[in-house]
Amino acid sequence: MSLLEIKDLSANAGDKEILRGINLAVNLGEVHAIMGPNGSGKSTLAQVLAGHPAYEVTSGSVTYDGQDLLDMDPEVRAQAGVFLAFQYPVEIPGVSNAYFLRSAYNAKRKAQGLEEVDPMDFLDIMDARLKYVDLDGSMLNRSVNAGFSGGEKKRNEILQLAVLEPKLAILDETDSGLDIDALRTVADGVNKMRSKNRSFVIVTHYQRLLNYIVPDFVHVLANGRIVRSGGKELALELEEKGYDWLTEPAGARA
Amino acid sequence: MSSTIESLVGREYKHGFSTDIAADTLPPGLTEETVRAISAKKNEPAFLLEWRLKAYRRWLTMTEPHWPNVKYPPIDYQAVSYYSAPKTAKPLGSLDELDPKIRETYDKLGIPLSEQKLLAGVAVDAVFDSVSVGTTYKAELGKLGIIFCSFGEAVREHPDLVEKYLGSVVPYSDNFFAALNSAVFSDGSFVYVPKGVRCPMELSTYFRINAADTGQFERTLIIADEGAYVSYLEGCTAPKRSTNQLHAAVVELIALKGATVKYSTVQNWYAGDEEGVGGIYNFVTKRGKALGNDSKISWTQVETGSAITWKYPSVILQGDRSVGEFYSVAVVNNYQQADTGTKMIHIGKDTKSTIVSKGISAGKGNNSYRGRVQVLPRAERARNYTQCDSMLIGNRCGAHTFPYIEVQNNSSIVEHEASTSKIGEDQIFYLRQRGLTAENAVSMIVAGFCKEVFKELPMEFALEAQQLLGITLEGSVG
Repeated sequence: MSLLEIKDLSANAGDKEILRGINLAVNLGEVHAIMGPNGSGKSTLAQVLAGHPAYEVTSGSVTYDGQDLLDMDPEVRAQAGVFLAFQYPVEIPGVSNAYFLRSAYNAKRKAQGLEEVDPMDFLDIMDARLKYVDLDGSMLNRSVNAGFSGGEKKRNEILQLAVLEPKLAILDETDSGLDIDALRTVADGVNKMRSKNRSFVIVTHYQRLLNYIVPDFVHVLANGRIVRSGGKELALELEEKGYDWLTEPAGARA
Repeated sequence: MSSTIESLVGREYKHGFSTDIAADTLPPGLTEETVRAISAKKNEPAFLLEWRLKAYRRWLTMTEPHWPNVKYPPIDYQAVSYYSAPKTAKPLGSLDELDPKIRETYDKLGIPLSEQKLLAGVAVDAVFDSVSVGTTYKAELGKLGIIFCSFGEAVREHPDLVEKYLGSVVPYSDNFFAALNSAVFSDGSFVYVPKGVRCPMELSTYFRINAADTGQFERTLIIADEGAYVSYLEGCTAPKRSTNQLHAAVVELIALKGATVKYSTVQNWYAGDEEGVGGIYNFVTKRGKALGNDSKISWTQVETGSAITWKYPSVILQGDRSVGEFYSVAVVNNYQQADTGTKMIHIGKDTKSTIVSKGISAGKGNNSYRGRVQVLPRAERARNYTQCDSMLIGNRCGAHTFPYIEVQNNSSIVEHEASTSKIGEDQIFYLRQRGLTAENAVSMIVAGFCKEVFKELPMEFALEAQQLLGITLEGSVG
């Protein structure tokens, strides 16, 4: 059985139809890349899977770990192991990163019926994880993402991924706005988290991230549908030819 | 879409019960006779009656201020009862003699009045409608020469101190509501900390309005003599009633040379219902005088209740190198209106003031910050830093800022920073995606926003304030 099974999924933002019948199955331990031109619906797919209230699912189903994902509140999805690394991580002034991370960590533990971890023990957990993304402890005392550089924000997303250890990690344009060194650090962090017990859905516009995080499957999304699926070599083909040859005739594109 | 941000209002006001108790209440209306009757009930010395009458006559010549950014129907001052006391209230030999019904009321509010049950390190004066019903830890404080008692008792036992300082910071002619209070005030708290004494515990007054159709007009006077230190807390609640009730208090703080007075308020008067019916009109004058050199006065307030709040806890920085501080969180939800802020009047040289104001507006609430920073010509090298932040929850509320800055010399530095932000669906979603519920997400965002103010509150109050904020905003995000 797949960890994630998306069937005929359509979704709107307001009156606008963005996803038009997505089908995708992700098995445990697999890394899937979702590529596609701007406006194809890649980020919408990521947000819909996480349960963003701005999108309305109009048809189809999503099964996650045997449960109806669409029926779960966003926080319940998170507690069940669905993690979204945001394209634009949000700033929360006045709330320390350490407090935020511990609250998230404990919310998940509580949902699993485990005891909450106290601040001192949590610092030990953090120490090991900070190294994954080459961040030092001082960032724990800073407010969540406030005044972070673009690269720090993205590394903070991967740090959260490493702390929360999700079963399904969705990365939404994690490479956008990163220089090559930051890209490598972020990719290293993700690679350390790869495991046979964890699946990744990586949404990206450019192939370059996939040089560092090598996917098992690549899917091309255009105009709200998956128009082509293949292995990692498909990404290279896209890099060479662009997206036009795969997309529907101009005019059908939003 | 924003509908998800607009529905966290809902938890019942948990202090909204009323206590059925026989009361000695003056009939509604205000005349010179009313003033005399109040003074007579309290067996006051002649100087105080004279002072009340001067205030009353002055009040007659004044008009209600309408410059605040709040709207309400005209108040009929003749329909208010100006005095209500539980019938059994008489000077108590000890707290054990307290009417059980009143004790029960405070127990229900979480303010136990028996000393063995008290929060360690907090002495409480409880004011029920117009009178103080009990003060705890008096004997222990007395050993240090600290006077902590009801205002009425202070008038009887320490008339010289009262006569010297009453009205010295807020004269009876100061404003309409201060004049009204000066004429009819019934009780309140009095604190005197002698020279060089650091008050070893937090002093606190818990105000409760119980009777219907009465106003509450209490007066607090705190004097810290040279080198003394005192931290004072104030909490307030009232029953849920469908009529508006008037609360017009006056607080005066005096810090002599090298003294510090820290005054913290958690104001949770009944705010009215979701339709804006009922609630307290909280029209309060609070002012401190940093009279001596190197003295300090610090106000911290968390304002979550009242239908309308009109108050500007201020500091007159008279002594050289004196310090004034104002830290404020004001929250409005439903139809609440708040026009609050501070005045920092720099008179002494090298005086320093800090203003940190956090306004949170939800529902159809309207929140205004109004502040004045005034540096007089001789206040050389004065410094002021003002930070004024507003947060909006939903799209039917309002945030307004009215800062006035007046600097009359060229060696002073005044800074003003302001920001307005909106709790976004994206912030809430981000936290929910990390496993927090929507309510916890809002609490976390708001607590982060208010952090600089909460850290100024005494520990036991900080927690209460944070919870109160959560409750006030519950239902504003869904």
